Amino acid sequence: MMYFLPAAFAPMNFVDNLKYMGLGMLGIFAVIGCIVLMTVLLNAVTAKETDNKQPKQ
Amino acid sequence: MAELFQNVTNLDIKMVLMWVIGGVLIYLAIKRDMEPSLLLPMGFGAILVNLPLSGAVTQPGMEEGPLSILYKAGIANELFPLILFIGIGAMIDFGPLLSNPVLMLFGAAAQFGIFFTLCTASMFFDLKDAASIAIIGAADGPTSIVVGQKLQSNYIGAIMVAAYSYMALVPIIQPPIIRLMTTKKERRIRMEYTQKPVSKTTRILFPIFITIIAGLIAPASVALVGFLMFGNLLRECGVLDSLSETAQKVLANLVTIFLGITIASQMQAEHFLKPDTLLILGLGMVAFIFDTVGGVLFAKLLNLFLKKKINPMIGAAGISAFPMSGRVVHKMALKEDPTNFILMQATGVNVSGQIASVIAGGLILNFFL
Repeated sequence: MMYFLPAAFAPMNFVDNLKYMGLGMLGIFAVIGCIVLMTVLLNAVTAKETDNKQPKQ
Repeated sequence: MAELFQNVTNLDIKMVLMWVIGGVLIYLAIKRDMEPSLLLPMGFGAILVNLPLSGAVTQPGMEEGPLSILYKAGIANELFPLILFIGIGAMIDFGPLLSNPVLMLFGAAAQFGIFFTLCTASMFFDLKDAASIAIIGAADGPTSIVVGQKLQSNYIGAIMVAAYSYMALVPIIQPPIIRLMTTKKERRIRMEYTQKPVSKTTRILFPIFITIIAGLIAPASVALVGFLMFGNLLRECGVLDSLSETAQKVLANLVTIFLGITIASQMQAEHFLKPDTLLILGLGMVAFIFDTVGGVLFAKLLNLFLKKKINPMIGAAGISAFPMSGRVVHKMALKEDPTNFILMQATGVNVSGQIASVIAGGLILNFFL
């Protein structure tokens, strides 16, 4: 098994690089959160356009 | 007579092994229908470039090979995957997502595997290579190519084979993970779908605003997000049907042909047949597994606070393998309860995964460029 590991096996790097996990997931949720808000706003602002297109009962 | 067969003496066992690998990719493409548009050109290209003194790639002291020229023209500068993204954007219907935008959060959660794999891969590789390997978890070929090239990874060939193979293996990889992470009761949670109309204005403004938002926060993602959204705008504007159709069919198919066979130029035996390749294939699997885990766990976390529960399986659909992942989740839900149709929700989440994976790619580039 050890034969298949590159010479530079550094287990502590997992812990050292957890900051990228934190920043990355935070970053994605921040961007997606902004996009969700933007979409909700767009849907609200253009609601009349879809209401006009709905057949009147 | 002896001169005719002189080149045969240049053959070595590694080249023959690459022919076998190329053959396996071709078999998977044809017999198993696994991403044939990419695995077949990659498989054949692997054979082409592993013939002794192959004229398909540049040999020392000889004129440039066509695959080497194509590589410089479209892969080394990330042009081919970006053009392909125009076609992909034109194919995507964001309707189910726009009518229920909160589904996008699951797409975000399902990118967890990328960052988990980054940490795992960093134990074995330097950070730039680790990041290039981690982006396999984006389950998106163009994103993987762009990130790998920009970070000048040494393992593009292995990363591409892993990315496209695992995308095709989603129906095999995801179900056992989903079953492990959920109870039968959770898998049977019903989710009603009411079609909410989405205005044409929203459909047109959505790709524009996404590009601006993503570009402001992660500028390195502008090319990826921008080309994807440009394709979508061609589709949604309503006045460029011929361009949209061209982007979806002719353009996408043309670029796919060149992309697949050109990527194979990185599958020369001396670069590909290393212990690192096996490790990369293993890490790619880790990325896909933890993408699924991240999406499902996020849904279960939300269920702690929601009165109307979400079927946690839709979290798994946030992996960017579109439309396969959405269909896998839908089929699993039907298996548990034949009257529980969650295809629209799963498709919405699946589409959001496409956006989230591109943003994740941009963030990775922001961190390491």
